Amino acid sequence: MNARPGQSFGADGYAPIGDYALIGDCRSAALVGRDGSLDWLCWPRFDSPSIFAALLDTERGGRFRIRPVGSYETERRYLPESNVLETIFRTPSGAFALRDLMPVATEEEKQTSLLPEHEILREVEGLHGEVTLEVLYAPRPQYGEIQPVIEQRGPFGLRCQTDGAVITLRSELPLELAGDDGHASGTAVVRAGDQKYLSLIYSTEAPAVAPPLGDLARDRISRSERWWRDWASRCEYEGPYRAAVVRSALALKLMTYAPSGAVVAAPTTSLPEKLGGERNWDYRYCWLRDASFTLRALFDLGYPEEGDAFLHWMLHATRLSWPELQVLYDVFGADHLPERTLPHLSGYAASQPVRVGNDAYGQLQLDVYGEVIDAAARFAHAGGQFDRETANMLAGLGRTVCARWQEADEGIWEGRGGRFQHTHSKVLCWVALDRLIDLHQRHQLPVDVEQFRRERDTIRATIEERGYNDRLGSYTRVLDGDDLDASLLTLPLYGYIDAAHPRMAATCARIHERLGRDALIARYGESTRDGLPAGEGAFGICSFWAVECQARGGNLAGATAAFERLLGYTNDVGLLAEEIDWETGAALGNFPQAFTHVGLINAALTLAECSREQQPVGRVTSGKGVEVSP
Amino acid sequence: MNRGGIGLWGFAGTVVLTTLLAGSQALRLTRINIPFMLGTMVTPDRDRAKVVGFGMHLVNGWLFATIYAVAFQSWRRATWWLGALIGLVHALFVLTVGLPMLPGLHPRMASEQRGPTPTQQLEPPGFLALNYGRRTPLSVAVAHLVYGGILGAFYRVR
Repeated sequence: MNARPGQSFGADGYAPIGDYALIGDCRSAALVGRDGSLDWLCWPRFDSPSIFAALLDTERGGRFRIRPVGSYETERRYLPESNVLETIFRTPSGAFALRDLMPVATEEEKQTSLLPEHEILREVEGLHGEVTLEVLYAPRPQYGEIQPVIEQRGPFGLRCQTDGAVITLRSELPLELAGDDGHASGTAVVRAGDQKYLSLIYSTEAPAVAPPLGDLARDRISRSERWWRDWASRCEYEGPYRAAVVRSALALKLMTYAPSGAVVAAPTTSLPEKLGGERNWDYRYCWLRDASFTLRALFDLGYPEEGDAFLHWMLHATRLSWPELQVLYDVFGADHLPERTLPHLSGYAASQPVRVGNDAYGQLQLDVYGEVIDAAARFAHAGGQFDRETANMLAGLGRTVCARWQEADEGIWEGRGGRFQHTHSKVLCWVALDRLIDLHQRHQLPVDVEQFRRERDTIRATIEERGYNDRLGSYTRVLDGDDLDASLLTLPLYGYIDAAHPRMAATCARIHERLGRDALIARYGESTRDGLPAGEGAFGICSFWAVECQARGGNLAGATAAFERLLGYTNDVGLLAEEIDWETGAALGNFPQAFTHVGLINAALTLAECSREQQPVGRVTSGKGVEVSP
Repeated sequence: MNRGGIGLWGFAGTVVLTTLLAGSQALRLTRINIPFMLGTMVTPDRDRAKVVGFGMHLVNGWLFATIYAVAFQSWRRATWWLGALIGLVHALFVLTVGLPMLPGLHPRMASEQRGPTPTQQLEPPGFLALNYGRRTPLSVAVAHLVYGGILGAFYRVR
């Protein structure tokens, strides 16, 4: 752990995005800053309205902060192989540790003890000397729109009501209500050996469960640590980057919604891709485009239960829109997620608007068919079985691909500048039909195999004829185009083409040359119209795709070096955002980002695979996958 | 009590209710599949669950028809709108009490308290069964209105 100043706020009062760490219980999540401030919390689930949102408005958003009075330095880590966050505050007079978590338990343990619906537990432990600390508790439910009336209920804590629920804070540190502006605060001296607990709970049912503090709170922390350690110990990756891979797996796990198996893209909304800009989106939903790579990460790391649950969620969620697929759904598969702005919030570092909901749900992204079907194929290759209904459903998706692959779409990056003939989308349509033909052969999937073969071959011919630009020496972003797109790096990852094939090697080189700097890769060039003002960071997942492409293309040393440079962009607790600032390396966009961590895991797996074989290897595909007819 | 009426119109009402819900599923109005939900209480095999679940649903249909019949007998009359009225109360009970309680009874249904252990089980219905699609309450209410309407229209009070 490296000591850093506890506060590194900009002039606007916002801590860098990378100063946050994530805690959660696989139903909801919260972000805690290096200053001990819990600045983002949505209950009861990821996409619920926030209770603390200082992340998006330091004045109105609400927060729950524990920090020393006066100057201090902090060190931070997750307790080994767990999602229990520990922040150590060092002051001239002493030090204390703050441990933050959402307690977790096994389903068996839940049957033997009465637990609250949702809880955040904060443990303060004096380490040496004595420290005066201050606590600020300012809940602001409904994205800061409500300033609740907080009632002092003595031993039952501070209680406030919001939208059918009760939020209760029980504290072993003294807290006083401060007038009528909806917050409580207090100071206390913590000496070496002291252990104090604060428990924040959320209940929709009465009587609410008020979990005990003291030793029993410590038991909940120990139980949670044990649960996470047991889970992390199942990770089968044993390569040189185990610490980073396990941390990414733990972060990914925090972004799964256990009751349904869904994986959200990120636990936050509207953290900007460009500071002060309008590239601010709500990522608290589940994107089908992440399906195949997410499933590979879960299966190959040794988490088949999570993988199966995710696939079942996906096949179940998409039934309302079948045989069409939407771009995104909520954790229970709701398909109507209208976007609105929250003008009362100033936005992170004045980055407006703050959005909730995501209008991308109405876009056409043909690549999602390939993603979903490829994920289903991975499931089948891992020994999974489809019932008749699911088999018919997959076949129906294939028929939709046959009918629609020639259409223009918004593409993987869900640009808002109109529809285009994206090469990547065509490739994923090819993937969809290729995998269905394979599933037909291996698992008797009821498809019109001759029609699918015909269409698949036509798609390939179209891509090779119109999606590759000889003058540029690369596959192109759109058919008959002359610009690049980092999504083309996935072509060998889906088995469409071998990474060492001259066309792919050239594409990889052009992308590094024109979209890359050091190990970082942009998703597309600044001249590409995406409907928004230009200027965003390097894209995390694209940078990891480039590593995989390089490794599979035979440049294992270059890929390894690039991967190690990318690991340098993780924050002090190993988390990555969606994007990385080109100049400063700072995290940009929603944080942490599941897809980026999936990229890290898959890149590490590919490096391990390539280094084991000491030669380039192809991805799972059905025969024709690596043949290209220029 | 008219046992023949309960048997016949309870059967007819349940078949129509099931058909309406299956139609709602086909029209992408909801994902709810009551026979599947009931059948998975006894078997994990999806195809078999639907068959077993339909049988269980039919038995439920007769049980509820008996309750409807008791109401008709006590009022000494049965009309389609009285039946539909009971159907509405029945639907509200199912949506607000019955389905939300199901995770506590169903051995393969996750609850919204589940986690971090992942679920490969059935997702919980949630309040008004909205987790199965936002038009689910409407589909369930219409199906039960029709079920009650059939019983009310054709059951003969003795």
